[in-house]
Amino acid sequence: MPNGDMYIKTMNSASQPLLEVEDLSIGFASDTGLVAITDKVNFQLHPGEAYGLVGESGCGKSVTCLSLLKLLPVPGGRVLSGRILFRGRDILTMPMDELRRLRGAEIGMIFQEPGAALNPLWPIRRQLLEPFRYHAYQGDPLQRIRSLLDRVGIADPDRVLSAYPHQLSGGMLQRVMIAMALSLNPPLLIADEPTTALDVTVQAQIMELIQDLRDEFKMAVLMVTHNLNLVAQYADRVGVMYAGRLAEEGPVEDFLRRTLHPYSQGLLAALPRLDAGAGLMKPIAGQVPRPADYLPGCRFRDRCPHAFAPCGGKPELFPAGPGHSVACFLHAPAEALAGFSAPVEALP
Amino acid sequence: MPPMPVMAAPAPAPVLAPLLEVKGLKTWFPVTGGVLRKTVGHVKAVNDVSFTIGAGEVVSVVGESGCGKSTLGYSLLGLVQPTAGTLNLAGHSIDIGKPSAWNAYRRDFQIIFQDPYTSLNPRHTVFEILAEPLRAHGLCPAGQLPERVAGLLERVGLSADYMHRFPHAFSGGQRQRIGIARALGLSPKLIVCDEVVAALDVSVQAQIIHLLMDLKAELGLSLLFISHDLSLVKAISDRVLVMYLGRIVEAASAAELFAHPRHPYTAALLESIPTLDRARKPKLLGGEIPSPVNLPAGCAFASRCTRVQDRCRRESPPLMAHATLSMADAAHNVSESACFFPIGFPPSS
Repeated sequence: MPNGDMYIKTMNSASQPLLEVEDLSIGFASDTGLVAITDKVNFQLHPGEAYGLVGESGCGKSVTCLSLLKLLPVPGGRVLSGRILFRGRDILTMPMDELRRLRGAEIGMIFQEPGAALNPLWPIRRQLLEPFRYHAYQGDPLQRIRSLLDRVGIADPDRVLSAYPHQLSGGMLQRVMIAMALSLNPPLLIADEPTTALDVTVQAQIMELIQDLRDEFKMAVLMVTHNLNLVAQYADRVGVMYAGRLAEEGPVEDFLRRTLHPYSQGLLAALPRLDAGAGLMKPIAGQVPRPADYLPGCRFRDRCPHAFAPCGGKPELFPAGPGHSVACFLHAPAEALAGFSAPVEALP
Repeated sequence: MPPMPVMAAPAPAPVLAPLLEVKGLKTWFPVTGGVLRKTVGHVKAVNDVSFTIGAGEVVSVVGESGCGKSTLGYSLLGLVQPTAGTLNLAGHSIDIGKPSAWNAYRRDFQIIFQDPYTSLNPRHTVFEILAEPLRAHGLCPAGQLPERVAGLLERVGLSADYMHRFPHAFSGGQRQRIGIARALGLSPKLIVCDEVVAALDVSVQAQIIHLLMDLKAELGLSLLFISHDLSLVKAISDRVLVMYLGRIVEAASAAELFAHPRHPYTAALLESIPTLDRARKPKLLGGEIPSPVNLPAGCAFASRCTRVQDRCRRESPPLMAHATLSMADAAHNVSESACFFPIGFPPSS
């Protein structure tokens, strides 16, 4: 496996990014009008790279993923501003037939709830063969899906192929969906909580499979998860989202060594860890706010142990090392703090 | 009997008075077949399981889905009817194979469910949800119910003002707090926690775990904590039971189990978990899980075990203690595993 950091450095300088998300803001209709769920999210993926998008429920990581394939619920969800460039072409403005060619063949997606993502009236065989009806494929599709089912750890493919979704367990459905997303060897895989419903043993199996495909086909992976353990193992870069914004972004190695944003630090402290000694995890005080309750300025400041006067303003992503940036005034350059002399008392 | 492996005496586990002793618990589900729907076999979801829980002790049950850990918890509460087994609760022996035999003890056992979205009736207010068990058991005069419910809510960190709201108004973490309040209402001795934080975000997960641990310490509760998350189990448990296909394959204090897993299955589970340490790659556990309807004659783990020998395929290994010291304190064995060739011991003949 290529070493994450070195890989990125060479990729960044050499290749064009596979996916560029630029200033992406997504809004949802509500009783009180349009509410912005994400606020100018920026990130890039290079071929073969694995990016872990981390955050808790409601932070906007899942809607960001859905918008990448223009799958936001209609009516309700809407891209307010920004661009999503796949190989330089904007997904948001491309014609429908071009988008269809992209879905499945170029960008595979593993959805969060396999039970809801599969058609309940179709046997698994039909669902798995469906991508092959819309995209050219050299070889025998049935053979391909059998070998994939084998690789996702399904021991009796014949039973599974003839079963309907309701006849399979959640873990089985998840594996079926993973096989479906990988069936056309897409250069980009979007995986929204790919292994949450699965046992650790199966999780290891699936992640190993995804790793193999990255090595073999230079597949890039956008992995959305709340489990930093998974990100630490399987991602090259990590982006931490809080309340619709990127709080911190950087190479995984550097992020783990120098975790800068207080929210990222809180997430790590709250994580149950097999490699830690005895003792309980530390919760983050308070609750994730709803979009209607987002604070002006830094949205984490009411839960932050380090909040000080500048936090009333909106923190930009300040550079904090090679490829590492953080949206926190604790790590802001001097000019961003002009006007504030010394850290003052915590805000209420 | 196979020879008992002996190792250097570990530090004895803290001795807690056993609250509950479970012996020979079996929960088998019939499998029917043919036109006449005759019983053709059984899924042995829980197959001859024995363990104890001390007062104020946190015992975790871990294993992969389908290993029977949830059925074990449900069996203790009669939510599924066990096939056979006895419970010894504070000196009283109860035959839980008979549904009626332990009604009198039901109040002593409560459960918190995995999914806070489906375990609260959406058409009942929080007050109705929390008052129902108190009414059903005749524990509280109607006039005092609001006060009791308010007390319960405050105990789990929710405002008493929330009493007249419906579950949909709450976040996942808050709903789980309501679930905890419901379980606390009857002042139980034991709470079965079935994957209680699996559906929650990590920061909320930590809040709920802290609440449970505080309540445990304050009320002297025993917790049977069912989870597939071994990292979490490590942080909170006194003792851990590892289940595989309906049987306990390893039982040890948490400190012992995570430092020195003895059963190859436990070791494989631990090795498959990702950690923040990028130098340590998770390992794969291959092989086929046998069908729970047709369990093999020998060790059920033999088909996936890297240490398998001929003997494992012939004989089913019983739980064997590893430490002579813990043998003296039979209720709190420091380490037991159902393996003929446990890790860290020379192979027995």
